Amino acid sequence: MAAPQTAPVETPDVDEAPAPDRPWLTVVHNDPVNLMSYVTWVFQKLFGYSRERAEQLMLDVHHKGRAVVSSGARERMEHDASRLHAHGLWATIEQP
Amino acid sequence: MFRRRGRVCVARFEPDEVKVLRKVVTEVIALVSDGFDRGDPVVKRLFPDAYAGPDGPVAGGRDIAEAAADFRRYTEGDLKTAKIDQAGAVLAALPSTGGGEVRLDREAAEAWLRALTDARLALAIRLGIRDETDLQEELDDAVLHDPTSQRVFQLSVYWYLGYLQESLVNAISR
Repeated sequence: MAAPQTAPVETPDVDEAPAPDRPWLTVVHNDPVNLMSYVTWVFQKLFGYSRERAEQLMLDVHHKGRAVVSSGARERMEHDASRLHAHGLWATIEQP
Repeated sequence: MFRRRGRVCVARFEPDEVKVLRKVVTEVIALVSDGFDRGDPVVKRLFPDAYAGPDGPVAGGRDIAEAAADFRRYTEGDLKTAKIDQAGAVLAALPSTGGGEVRLDREAAEAWLRALTDARLALAIRLGIRDETDLQEELDDAVLHDPTSQRVFQLSVYWYLGYLQESLVNAISR
């Protein structure tokens, strides 16, 4: 993750390359504040996940530092990130 | 602490608890309105960069700085409004004077959960809470140092808000 974006020295005179069809990801990062129960509740509420799945994602965030909580079109992932931000979770989006 | 009664979440608050809750959510309102400062670490945490995680800018196919600025432009206003609204939901539900009972329907309880999160995040940043922080130890240290200090008060409030939020998550999930 987090490879810096280096611009090519010679920029061809075409518009930005069209985004490939690879999906974008919404990632939630660990933080020392949010309660495990609250994070589980937010995942269930925002994404309709079962309690088991939401708990597993929460544990991934807690133990691995991050978890992918949704994937799809970039605009939808931005929407998901903004909903997570409204709930105080630390979310970013990326295209691996 | 909250418990479930039928379709509502109910808690009884002492006058001091009401004062503390008013204070912390009012501080969040100030932070996202008049006092809005993108350089403030609390504001950075409440309004995260969608294109930069703990390790810096994320991987992505286009100009990340531009994408981050666009995201901010399109979402920041709504996020500010949401944070003010959820803090307002706490103020609206609290007894106007002294202590008393608070009854929250589902919508109000969800607003409270988000508002308590904002208040805890803000306090945690100011207090320097980290993953490895042992709250009991921090509090013991602070009390030893000066039991009347602002830090002792803030740590106690942070602790209290965590318990309160936990009880509300449990009550709403029932």
